[in-house]
Amino acid sequence: MLDGAAPILDVSDLKTVFTTRTGEVHAVNSVSFDLAPGELLGVVGESGSGKSVTMMSLIGLLPMPPAEIRGGTVMFEGRDILSMSPDELRDIRGSRIGFVFQDPMTSLNPTFSVGFQLMEPLRKHMGMNKKQARARAVELLELVGIPDALPRLSDFPHQFSGGMRQRVMIAIALACDPKVLIADEPTTALDVTIQAQILELVRELRHKLGMAIIWITHDLGVIAGIADRVMVMYGGQIVEQAPVRELFARPQHPYTRALLETLPSVTGERTERLKTIEGQPPAMREHPVACPFRARCVKAMDICARKNPPIVTLAGEHDVACFWDAKTGEARHAG
Amino acid sequence: MLDNTADAQKTPLVKVDNLKMYFPIYKGVFRRQVGEVKAVDDISFEIFEGETLGLVGESGCGKSSAGRAVLRLYDITDGSIVVNGHDISTSHGDNLRKLRPEMQMIFQDPQASLNPRMSVAAIIAEPLDEHQSLTKKARMERVFELMDAVGLSRDFAKRFPHEFSGGQRQRIGIARALALNPKFIVCDEPIAALDVSIQAQVVNLLEDLQDKLGLTYLFISHDLSMVRHLATRVAVMYLGKIVELAPRDLLYSDPQHPYTQALLSAVPEADPTVESSRTRIILEGDVPSPTNPPSGCNFSTRCPKVMDICKIDTPEFKQLKDGRHVACHLMK
Repeated sequence: MLDGAAPILDVSDLKTVFTTRTGEVHAVNSVSFDLAPGELLGVVGESGSGKSVTMMSLIGLLPMPPAEIRGGTVMFEGRDILSMSPDELRDIRGSRIGFVFQDPMTSLNPTFSVGFQLMEPLRKHMGMNKKQARARAVELLELVGIPDALPRLSDFPHQFSGGMRQRVMIAIALACDPKVLIADEPTTALDVTIQAQILELVRELRHKLGMAIIWITHDLGVIAGIADRVMVMYGGQIVEQAPVRELFARPQHPYTRALLETLPSVTGERTERLKTIEGQPPAMREHPVACPFRARCVKAMDICARKNPPIVTLAGEHDVACFWDAKTGEARHAG
Repeated sequence: MLDNTADAQKTPLVKVDNLKMYFPIYKGVFRRQVGEVKAVDDISFEIFEGETLGLVGESGCGKSSAGRAVLRLYDITDGSIVVNGHDISTSHGDNLRKLRPEMQMIFQDPQASLNPRMSVAAIIAEPLDEHQSLTKKARMERVFELMDAVGLSRDFAKRFPHEFSGGQRQRIGIARALALNPKFIVCDEPIAALDVSIQAQVVNLLEDLQDKLGLTYLFISHDLSMVRHLATRVAVMYLGKIVELAPRDLLYSDPQHPYTQALLSAVPEADPTVESSRTRIILEGDVPSPTNPPSGCNFSTRCPKVMDICKIDTPEFKQLKDGRHVACHLMK
């Protein structure tokens, strides 16, 4: 449905390394993906899979050092973000690309009123005067469903509940009409009934505003309900990528398959015994010369320890990085 | 009062009646009490031997306070708690201490509940040191036995908590809880801090241990799909009260209380086809403060089916024909 349109964001071969006292951590290894205008791309993975670091790297939000971007390009509106000066980057962040983080309490400034924090990007990036910014701020709060918007402008973050704070965060992110919104676990800290409210709001807003969204989460259920396309990350790499229905109907990578099998359900069949993925995620200390999932993989073969599987594109725009072929149940034929 | 004929044949290991746990709020220089948080407000339930009672609800609904109150980690405000035939609601000091081995707890955050300066062996052996006088050899043997039982390699006995991953740390916490052969364990969100692939490992371990040792669990969680997998019966809490208590399959297939219905419909399902065709009940607004709950039914401020009576009268926690309990004016 989104075919043909040139991608608004095009990331290729991104590599991020952290230098720590005990050695290097290869947090992001040769990650490539693109984002079409208006698309909602879901990024799933467990903690340490590199999903947040990838997104932080591409808009220069990582502290350097200890982080270091070892290579890659991030094309946004025809320019490479990674080669921009800090000033140019700041112009893009918060205006062309908006963010929503997991914990709205730590990402809002507790010492300024919500109105001030909403009006700041409007005045900085859009050159509005105080009166215009104030009017727009009220509009934004109404847009995200905060009742009594005008008097609430002078309230401080602690006077809002968790769900309302996340709405404020979304309002700030939307303030300058961004082309891309990056949401990093935006509903993880919220209760399910509040999460349902926020998901409903995002479904409504993305069509109204026509922006592209990158939604990072560990919750496959949230992804299933909101994404157009899904990217599964493991050990700092993309292991699988496909349109949402395709991914859930025909998961190819052993990790994705195992992950879907470990999940109990509220509506479907009740499981007698949960399937598990034995072992622990990799520490990513070594340079990635082999498949990061091999130690926990039930399909692991000799080659998995020698080579990092290249990404193969299958029918249905389905990318997978694995030597094992889910269709035949055997090693994939090179080609 | 809550027995029906089927239940009467089984013996409840834990029986809680009209439990209230209010926390006082103090203010000002003289620390005058200005109010109270009604964390747990008049709840009653039973847990039968060998079963798992799931206690679910959103943050702040009082489920953790209820779990802690049942183990008498707090001095309760009112009500009675009987565990394994002993009324512990007013026990104190040594009397309570003698009963502790029978009832244990597994905490949410294994990072915070394990002392970082103690080795794994010392952590697991601490309850043994407190309650039993074993020889050095017998003590170490018991520690190894417990480590085997929870799937930790014996080589790890001398290591410290920070050397372990979250899942392994939770195993240490489970081994400690098992040390004194308890009958009843309160699991307070034991998997909430773990990654999805690790959650299943810990849940399977808890189930294996239950089968092997005949344990009875009170499993507190906000994860409704995991509770469906684990629990025999499920109690749903909202703002300090149990709104519905029912056998698992009945609760998930045919929830009666409007809050249970909304809660279940809000859980995302990892299936795009199901997700696109589901009807969701989106609740308006937030949970009211437990310091000042609304009059009448606590859920009346957000309930999509609210009636006039709900704002005046607190609905009774009644048993229906099918054996479940619901607190709602809609129930006849």
